[in-house]
Amino acid sequence: MINKIKNKVTPVVMIGPATFWLILFLLIPLFLVIGISFLQRNGYGGVDMVFSLQAYFDMLTPEYLKIFIASFRLSVATTVICLLIGYPFAYVIAHSSEKAKPFLVLLLMLPFWINSMIRIYGWNTLLRSSGIINNVLISLGVVDVPLEMLYTDGAVLLGMVYDLLPFTVLPIYTSIEKLDPTLLEAASDLGATKLHRLVRVVLPLTMPGIFAGSIQTFIPSLGLFYISDMMGGAKTMYVGNLIKNQFMSARNWPMGAALAILLIVITLVLMRLYTKVGSLDDMV
Amino acid sequence: MSNVKDVIVKLTDVEKEFDGVKVVKKLNLEVRKGEFLTLLGPSGCGKTTTLRMIAGFSNVTSGEIELEGRNVADLKPNERDVNTVFQSYALFPHMNVEDNIAFGLVEKKVPKAEIKERVAEMIKLVQLEGLEKRRPAQMSGGQKQRVAIARALINRPKVLLLDEPLGALDLKLRKQMQLELKHLQQKLGITFIYVTHDQEEALTMSDRIAVMNDGVMEQIGTPDEVYNRPKTKFVAGFVGESNILESYVTQVDEDLLHISLESGKALLHAPGFKNEEMIYICVRPENLLLSETKKEHFSIRGRIVEHVFAGSVIKTVVELINGQKLRVARHPNEEEFEVGTYVYVYWHPKKAIIVHTVEEQIYNVIEGTTNRIYEQLGEKYSPSAREDSHDQ
Repeated sequence: MINKIKNKVTPVVMIGPATFWLILFLLIPLFLVIGISFLQRNGYGGVDMVFSLQAYFDMLTPEYLKIFIASFRLSVATTVICLLIGYPFAYVIAHSSEKAKPFLVLLLMLPFWINSMIRIYGWNTLLRSSGIINNVLISLGVVDVPLEMLYTDGAVLLGMVYDLLPFTVLPIYTSIEKLDPTLLEAASDLGATKLHRLVRVVLPLTMPGIFAGSIQTFIPSLGLFYISDMMGGAKTMYVGNLIKNQFMSARNWPMGAALAILLIVITLVLMRLYTKVGSLDDMV
Repeated sequence: MSNVKDVIVKLTDVEKEFDGVKVVKKLNLEVRKGEFLTLLGPSGCGKTTTLRMIAGFSNVTSGEIELEGRNVADLKPNERDVNTVFQSYALFPHMNVEDNIAFGLVEKKVPKAEIKERVAEMIKLVQLEGLEKRRPAQMSGGQKQRVAIARALINRPKVLLLDEPLGALDLKLRKQMQLELKHLQQKLGITFIYVTHDQEEALTMSDRIAVMNDGVMEQIGTPDEVYNRPKTKFVAGFVGESNILESYVTQVDEDLLHISLESGKALLHAPGFKNEEMIYICVRPENLLLSETKKEHFSIRGRIVEHVFAGSVIKTVVELINGQKLRVARHPNEEEFEVGTYVYVYWHPKKAIIVHTVEEQIYNVIEGTTNRIYEQLGEKYSPSAREDSHDQ
């Protein structure tokens, strides 16, 4: 009898708090966001309890479309650059000696221990007109006037790549790491040079890692707002900033909520693609 | 020795060291064109390392490897005219059967039409028709093995290296593939260097067998030579079952030796031995005979311990008075002995083989000790002295 009660109570005690936490801080806010996106804004920065699709229609106007395109382009550029840097990076780590490997992976993880916003401030001090780089260049006589590096689109891209590179490298590193070394030997044995080995064997077999790395870079890059705020001076508007502005300054909550839902939908579609490719990986 | 022209792979004093441990020691080997040579030995004996050095995956620490008279030290694996069949098959999982087989030809920039023709021919040769578009993950071990063989053979290598290629297959399939591989080799006339730890496989397939133990080549010869005339105790014990007995010569009667063992007297046919010499002899289980009555010149006595039924033969274990156990293979229709009865053990004098004289063994022990002393001295005095001692 007591055992029976115990059997029923134990699981509730074990997973209850976590479930409660998720409901309180994830599920309820999510439903709030969905709900608000279908309401009407009122003139005082709040919402009226009236059903409306206005926010969704507004998204189709040219101004908003321009922001979407700018965001999309930034995210694609970030992902491509992260891949171009990240793949060789991952390859070098995976092929370094067993002693050096844990250290190199640690170096890759190290930035995670410091708040991302603080790290971006670090870039700020490096790049600004009176920053370290400009000071060095001026004192060396390379330039007369400080270079305008901060508050440019290039600076935003740099910040994004810097922030998201580990997310690209780790899945690629894992896929290179688990590549069977005898496959490389087989390729050499059959006459392949190092370059051909990379193109014909290594790249195709690490495709799942490349795909996972791309998605893990692309998804957060769409939503990041503080990098473009802090390094781009909010000159170019991206979806992330737009959402933040709708809630904080423009006080158009339905619009902000609708944009957030758009991001969630895009993320879900990409995640679905990702799991599909993941299952392909198992088949190989 | 063979004609120089016929030698396709030649290893001269090849040695390999991993972290200061020698896994291959002073290996000399000549592989003849068109032969099926097997490197046989227990795991860790250096046979796979030797194969990897010929393929180019591993550098020699010292010594030379020649392929068709040319030193291959500076050639990378992709520049050597040899191909390998890997133990794990190492098929490219992202390519189908056709693309896997064509891999080497694409690298050689063979025209597409010719590739197609040769791949089709190869697929027919290894009997994989109908599976052209399959991926490795969709095939059985035996089928994957055929793809691996086809992928290597299509390049028409001078030498095909096979690293325990049948190790992962079940017994029946393995036996079938052994014969198929042998026939394939005879048909194509390509030199095969085959690595295995399975002595039965080696005896079935090879033209010659090189038996390796602890990085040293103990004996090289035809399967018949290695089985019927093993030169060392190790070869006698590793290739086929054998009973090894320690004895000394009590009387020489022309080519017949009267010998004395701990457990009795025996007779043996071997020319060139002196009185009172210590020798090790090896008798195969199928050559040991049992009798209730004493045979002339034999007085080895033992007790039947057990009978093990093994299909076509019954393996009888006989314990001698000194505790040594002999394995005797007998036919089921032979006279039966109850477990526990005492019997006499004898053999045809020509069916016992001398595998090791005690002098040889003592010599080996002395040599080993001398090397150790040199090494200790070397470590004490100079780093170069240590290397010199290896060359002794």
